[in-house]
Amino acid sequence: MADTGVVETLLRLIEKVDDGVDSLEVAASLGVDHQVIVGAVKSLQALGDIISAELRSSKHWELTEEGTEIAEQGSHEARVFSSIPLEGLAQSELMKLSFGKIGFSKAMSNKWIRVDKSHEGGPRIFKTVESIDDQVREKLLLVKKANTAQLEEKEKNELKKRKLLSEVTVKSYWISKGISFSTTITKQETELTPEMVANGSWKEKKFKPYNFEAMGVAPDCGHLHPLMKVRTQFRQIFLEMGFTEMPTNNFIESSFWNFDSLFQPQQHPARDQHDTFFLSDPALAHEFPQDYLERVKKVHSEGGFGSQGYKYDWKIEEAQKNILRTHTTAVSARMLYKLAQQKFTPVKYFSIDRVFRNETLDATHLAEFHQIEGVVADYGLTLGDLMGILHQFFTKLGITKLRFKPAYNPYTEPSMEVFSYHEGLKKWVEVGNSGVFRPEMLLPMGLPEDVSVIAWGLSLERPTMIKYGINNIRELVGHKVNLQMVYDSPICRLDPNTA
Amino acid sequence: MPTVGVKRDLLFKALGRTYTDEEFDELCFEFGLELDEITSEKEIISREQGDSKASGASDTILYKIDVPANRYDLLCLEGLVRGLQVFKNTLEAPRYRRVSPSSGEPQKLVITKETAAVRPHAVAAVLRNITFTQERYDSFIELQEKLHQNICRKRSLVAIGTHDLDTISGPFTYTAKPPGDISFKPLNQTKEYTATQLMSLYKTDSHLRHYLHIIEDKPVYPVIYDSNGIVLSMPPIINGDHSKITLKTKNVFIECTATDVTKAKIVLDMMVTMFSEYCSQPFTVEEAEVVYPDGKTYKYPELAYRKEKLSSEFINRKVGINESTEKIAQLLTRMCLLSQATGVGDEIEVEIPPTRSDIIHACDIMEDAAMAYGFNNIPRTTPRTYTVANQVPGFSSACLMCCSQEDIAEKLAKKISETKAVHISNPKTAEFQVARTTLLPGLLKTIAANRKMPLPLKLFEISDVVLKDETKDVGARNSRRFCAVYYNKSPGFEVIHGLLDRTMQLLEVKSVRGDGYHIQAADGKKALRGNTLSFIWSCVSYSTFFPGRCAEIFVRGKSVGRLGVLHPDVINRFELTMPCSALEMDIEPFL
Repeated sequence: MADTGVVETLLRLIEKVDDGVDSLEVAASLGVDHQVIVGAVKSLQALGDIISAELRSSKHWELTEEGTEIAEQGSHEARVFSSIPLEGLAQSELMKLSFGKIGFSKAMSNKWIRVDKSHEGGPRIFKTVESIDDQVREKLLLVKKANTAQLEEKEKNELKKRKLLSEVTVKSYWISKGISFSTTITKQETELTPEMVANGSWKEKKFKPYNFEAMGVAPDCGHLHPLMKVRTQFRQIFLEMGFTEMPTNNFIESSFWNFDSLFQPQQHPARDQHDTFFLSDPALAHEFPQDYLERVKKVHSEGGFGSQGYKYDWKIEEAQKNILRTHTTAVSARMLYKLAQQKFTPVKYFSIDRVFRNETLDATHLAEFHQIEGVVADYGLTLGDLMGILHQFFTKLGITKLRFKPAYNPYTEPSMEVFSYHEGLKKWVEVGNSGVFRPEMLLPMGLPEDVSVIAWGLSLERPTMIKYGINNIRELVGHKVNLQMVYDSPICRLDPNTA
Repeated sequence: MPTVGVKRDLLFKALGRTYTDEEFDELCFEFGLELDEITSEKEIISREQGDSKASGASDTILYKIDVPANRYDLLCLEGLVRGLQVFKNTLEAPRYRRVSPSSGEPQKLVITKETAAVRPHAVAAVLRNITFTQERYDSFIELQEKLHQNICRKRSLVAIGTHDLDTISGPFTYTAKPPGDISFKPLNQTKEYTATQLMSLYKTDSHLRHYLHIIEDKPVYPVIYDSNGIVLSMPPIINGDHSKITLKTKNVFIECTATDVTKAKIVLDMMVTMFSEYCSQPFTVEEAEVVYPDGKTYKYPELAYRKEKLSSEFINRKVGINESTEKIAQLLTRMCLLSQATGVGDEIEVEIPPTRSDIIHACDIMEDAAMAYGFNNIPRTTPRTYTVANQVPGFSSACLMCCSQEDIAEKLAKKISETKAVHISNPKTAEFQVARTTLLPGLLKTIAANRKMPLPLKLFEISDVVLKDETKDVGARNSRRFCAVYYNKSPGFEVIHGLLDRTMQLLEVKSVRGDGYHIQAADGKKALRGNTLSFIWSCVSYSTFFPGRCAEIFVRGKSVGRLGVLHPDVINRFELTMPCSALEMDIEPFL
């Protein structure tokens, strides 16, 4: 609330006039800052229709700092003129004065002074007239006394150009009586208090209206990262479909489990330095199931299990190299190997966790991302089964229109890229990859020959970016995450309308 | 996935019909290809070098087609057209034949023992009476480039050299010599260079410099001579200018030198099967003999046709369809796998041609049957696999796993040697030097990137860090951590402490010494003892905190983490300006 004294004075002023008063004039007459009057107007406005205040803006001319100096002491050129004695003044002496330089050229063009360049001891300045008329100063004095009307527009603009004058816009209120004008104001209550309720005084009180346009106070609560919300949804879907989560807490993996066990040849480009992060410490893995490793070596270098193999010199040194895992399929390989070491029972596995690629970073690619993977191992699974289960999985995500494109992947055959029809983009977009694990991967592990393993994978970031409308992956993942986005993102319901 | 650019009109002419872009896209999809882009030379140049450079370029429409990485037979217009025509039943797959030269003596390539030190294998063949046009020539060169980039692994495994046979005379010698002893005029140069000079000449060549490393450090470089001492090529870097192919070339000598002989054979088969089409006797290839240092002689190209037998029941069962044996044989034949029912039960005999090196198992044949049937025509079924779901307890979060060494050590006032961090050998940026050993830097960097947000900032993360651990097969393990920070105008130790209390309450750990949890002041001495005795402590350490404002968390007598007010130096190193308290603890015991 503004100073009640000012408020009351203002009300009395308005009461006396018929039409209204200008806030600037009120401020001037009361000798207070204009902002104090503005504050009083604002607080009166908040009380209802006691006053009506109309915002006005007016322009007027003001002296600049330099202009003020000239109005007081005269223009630079006049000061130059008056500082030259009858016997003249050395030009170098004149230039030492603060106004010397500017004043000299103006005085020259006004023909008030002259320079004698051939004078003994350097150029010397002499007066050419006896007296001068300092018009600049006079004009500025007019402005200072608020008699700007006497100046022509052209003259004002010239002074403005010389940075002696400036035009300023002033906002003020035209204040007049409101519908419920009164010089006495009852204080409005902001809130109901326990006392008012207890003693019934609320009946006599006036209450300040609420501003329903304003936002409420944000509740004090935690916020989960959007990626985690989407992850929770995917977990839920897998669990509903009877899938068991795989333990994926091993980011460091040997090339053996990440590539060799998957029948991915040692010269495969994915095993290149440009695609995979290798470790310098600990550089090598030191323990492998030896008989299984021999079978893997054989199927790569010579074939077997019905395969021609790749027929190359398989090296344990390559297999030993430790890396940051490039896919969670390395975990699936370990799980399937484990499964093969016991009496076979059908399984359905899933995982959602981090994988790493030594990629060049851009708006949609990071060197680490989350892979979602589903794996089913059972007797007699067909390619039709894989497509059927993908259909169920994606239906739960709200994606029902699917089609499959033949693709290539070293460890699955057949391999299929999964496309869904995007209603917004009006085209088919790739949503995941899938396939049937190759016998060269499964049989060396010791799985029964008539067991098929079908699998599919997709990234967690992509559906999350689509769901939350994020265009730059760095806003979603990593320390550059926009916390406002984390605070604001809604709960994740993957349904037909948002997918 | 390799991308092949073909001129659209040339493609349609070869296919014998035109398609709309949509129709061709659809055909590609069905065949496992992807019509990646429709463009023109002009468009490509203007995109890469600006409009002004593109003004004279051709605006013939180009199709950029993505080809699966194992289908080397589809890497040129000739192969694509053949594959699609056979698929659409408008062409019978040609039979490729190796023939003896009419003159009697085949061309000979003799390998000397010196090559063993650098590039021990070679294969060769001759294309006789070939007719080049500009388009065929361009495609011939382009296919070599595509093979080099893909199966040849940027020429490291295999390098192809093609020569005008009429400018050279056999027998040819494949040997290896010290670089100073090799001298010849390389392709498109005007004078002779020694190999040593060539290596420095090509250091700045945008294309060839990528291959120099393959032989650079070897004592001897591979080189092929003809019987008159003319250099054919210095693989895998450059051919000689003398024997270069022109549009007028009639007879082509092809040599492939290699470190992997299996891939060399495949590459040679691809070159000759694709371009023997333009020989006066189409699809015939003249053999060449390769003599190894031990005297063993091999005839190339192999052009081997392999036969496999399988049952239609196998295909039906694996794909999930029910088609007759004859129908399946027809499907496979459309994939260039000539097949017929043998009449013995439901047995099918499948012939795998030399162009299909990707077929190495019955499952590859099964996939081709499924593709010819149409993936999208296969009934979608639900597997009856009965399982009970289980979940692994745990959470995760979204700070990056990898970071700079500085983040987990120097900035936290620790030595990197104390961290048990796993080090990455080939990071592209400093942000990927190590896998994090503590969650704290990620959260502090997140705050630094969000300083505009209103205070207080309260962040937490539950996620894995990676630590060296010799007891594991790979020498490292994940460890699950809980980390929280409170950033405000006052340190708010009580807020972080309260969070610990609440967390322990939820985990049903009471606040008592011994059986429950408690915190106690950590000083330098105790921290040291903690490191060596109770818990190998790799995350936040005593020195990270403000002296006297750090406490160690004990759960059931064991140290599991620390909490306290961060040291002002640490705050500053993360470019923060307010007091900050933090907690980090190991939560593996609670999982």
